[in-house]
Amino acid sequence: MLEIKNLHARTGNNEILKGVDLRVGPGEVHAIMGPNGSGKSTLAQVLAGRDIYQVTAGKVSYEGKDLLALAPEDRAREGVFLAFQYPVEIPGVNNMYFLRSAVNATRQHRGLPEFDALDFLAFVKEKMKSLGIDDDLVNRAVNVGFSGGEKKRNEVFQMAVLEPKLAILDETDSGLDIDALKLVATGVNALRSPDRAIIVVTHYQRLLNFIVPDFVHVLSNGRIVKSGGKELAIELEQKGYVWLEEAVESAQPVTF
Amino acid sequence: MPSIGLAEQQDVYLSSFALVEHELGGCGTPWLHELRQEAIERFAELGFPSTHREEWKQTNVAPLAKIPFRLAEDGHAGVAPEALERVTFRDSFCSRLAFVNGHFSPELSHLSGLPQGVKVASLRTAFAQDEKALEEHLARYAPFDRQAFVALNTAFMQDGAFVEVPRGTVFQTPIHLLYLSTAGDQPTVSHPRNLILVGPHSQVSLIESYFGLDSSVYLTNAVTEIAVADNSQLDHYKLQQESEQAFHISTLQVRLASTSRFRSHSISLGGALVRNNIRPVLDAEGAECTLNGLYQVANRQHVDNHTTLDHAKPHGTSRELYKGILSGQATAVFNGRIIVRKDAQKTDAIQRNKNLLLSENAVIDTKPQLEIYANDVRCTHGATIGQLDQEAMFYLRSRGIGEQAARHLLIAAFATEIVDGIKIEAVRDWLKATITARLFTYGQGQEEL
Repeated sequence: MLEIKNLHARTGNNEILKGVDLRVGPGEVHAIMGPNGSGKSTLAQVLAGRDIYQVTAGKVSYEGKDLLALAPEDRAREGVFLAFQYPVEIPGVNNMYFLRSAVNATRQHRGLPEFDALDFLAFVKEKMKSLGIDDDLVNRAVNVGFSGGEKKRNEVFQMAVLEPKLAILDETDSGLDIDALKLVATGVNALRSPDRAIIVVTHYQRLLNFIVPDFVHVLSNGRIVKSGGKELAIELEQKGYVWLEEAVESAQPVTF
Repeated sequence: MPSIGLAEQQDVYLSSFALVEHELGGCGTPWLHELRQEAIERFAELGFPSTHREEWKQTNVAPLAKIPFRLAEDGHAGVAPEALERVTFRDSFCSRLAFVNGHFSPELSHLSGLPQGVKVASLRTAFAQDEKALEEHLARYAPFDRQAFVALNTAFMQDGAFVEVPRGTVFQTPIHLLYLSTAGDQPTVSHPRNLILVGPHSQVSLIESYFGLDSSVYLTNAVTEIAVADNSQLDHYKLQQESEQAFHISTLQVRLASTSRFRSHSISLGGALVRNNIRPVLDAEGAECTLNGLYQVANRQHVDNHTTLDHAKPHGTSRELYKGILSGQATAVFNGRIIVRKDAQKTDAIQRNKNLLLSENAVIDTKPQLEIYANDVRCTHGATIGQLDQEAMFYLRSRGIGEQAARHLLIAAFATEIVDGIKIEAVRDWLKATITARLFTYGQGQEEL
């Protein structure tokens, strides 16, 4: 579904990704872990099309298409979704109106009829309930005045509504208490299906207790330095990242 | 073409005054003749303001002073009701006084839902029927000793609206004063004049709108005088979408009595050169004044909002918020003057001006001007100038919303604070739709930052 080859990206003169290789197949859940500044969030944002990063080398193919050639909105319409580490506050834009515009843009792209306000409400009602999103939250301006937990839940709610094929969660666990974490994990797990892939970017292993990954990768200094199964996350939790970083010099990127 | 001095063009107005005075409303009324005479003499002394004057530094009226505008003739016969629907909001629920080129049009007007005792008439009719009230109030609020355009209006005022609301009258139906302009080949000028008197313990809302029916060249020089009596409340809306070739100068002079409330919503969309003077005087204790404004300008449009909030008495409150959306090579001026007089202790005034620049060539000149002579007051001001938030753009696009749609969504969101302050749903809907339509017209969706 997703194939990243030798991806290099920079912002300004600062090279952040230095040759990332990764393959993600349908139905798989991949966790990308790594210390702060290793390039995890950059990788997530490059995949979503954030233009403050320039891709200087490498390729990303998504369902056979050149992902990097697509505008951010086209990536989204093709089923790529990024849950933001820091969801953006947009005063003056109603959350529900925003979400309906997003869903309708994708539906239009797929040749489906657009939802009107009433149909849309019926469409999202069930998902709101399961994620503990109340009417008040959806009728406020996008993320404005939301608590940290509410912002993250709102991201997962958007994901649930947009039903992406490839979901990338960028530190969705940061700043969440255990109850919110469970709620978010439940939302993500509900999306797991044989034709959908999920990439979970996280600093801590905690989230992976609830969203159990098929593969775990360690990103360090702009490259994936180690890959393994879910047990790798536990090992990282015990040993930290230092032992890996020390070995980076000699390590080669691991590919499947 | 040789350039013509402002003084010479001013002479055109002076010489035409003698010729046309008999055609203006209220002919043969001695006090009115005196008033007009005094005003034209004052205009002769003042002349058109030059950019050397601090108040007119950023707005050069030489282009309009150079054009030999003729006094507009009555053109209402040519305006079909359908043409109105195209330009204005759905106002069938309002009481409407319509004017074409400054002349009252009975055919396009309809009065309904007015409580007993409420007077809504054309000024020309009022000259005949309510002479006493006019003599007492007309030109008593808007001084022309230092305002050339007010002097010019006072000399030439031909028609307009007279609204009188008696004590204790509360009604929901807005009064809509609709000014339509269509000049044809020759540039014309009209001088609409409105006098609004709200009695004590009353509550009213009034819409003053100015629409161009085509792209002709004309000048609207409007003056509105409002007196809000004790414990009364007036919501005032001014919607301006003149022709893109038009000049629009307006003065809104308001006197607020004790514990009265005045809310102004001023929307400026059209016109080549626009100047709005808004001058409320909080003339008694405990008055409250809100000034909300929105200007959306493109191409080479110029809009200048000069507000003067005069806190003359204690315990007054004012809240001012002006927001601007600028694109192309448009220029805008916001000058927010707040005077707190020695007597006006416990004044609470907040002023804000926020601007969204959508192109590199658009220019905003924003200036707060606080003059505080009292010592126990709270007065704050702030101005911001910004561009579309790129993080928000990416967030919207990452959810599948196209680039242009995302831009439009954020621009509309910027206007929300002002739009949501409008209590009349039909006006709110009209404004939202018009802002978006203008974004498509001017390609503000694609413009590079």
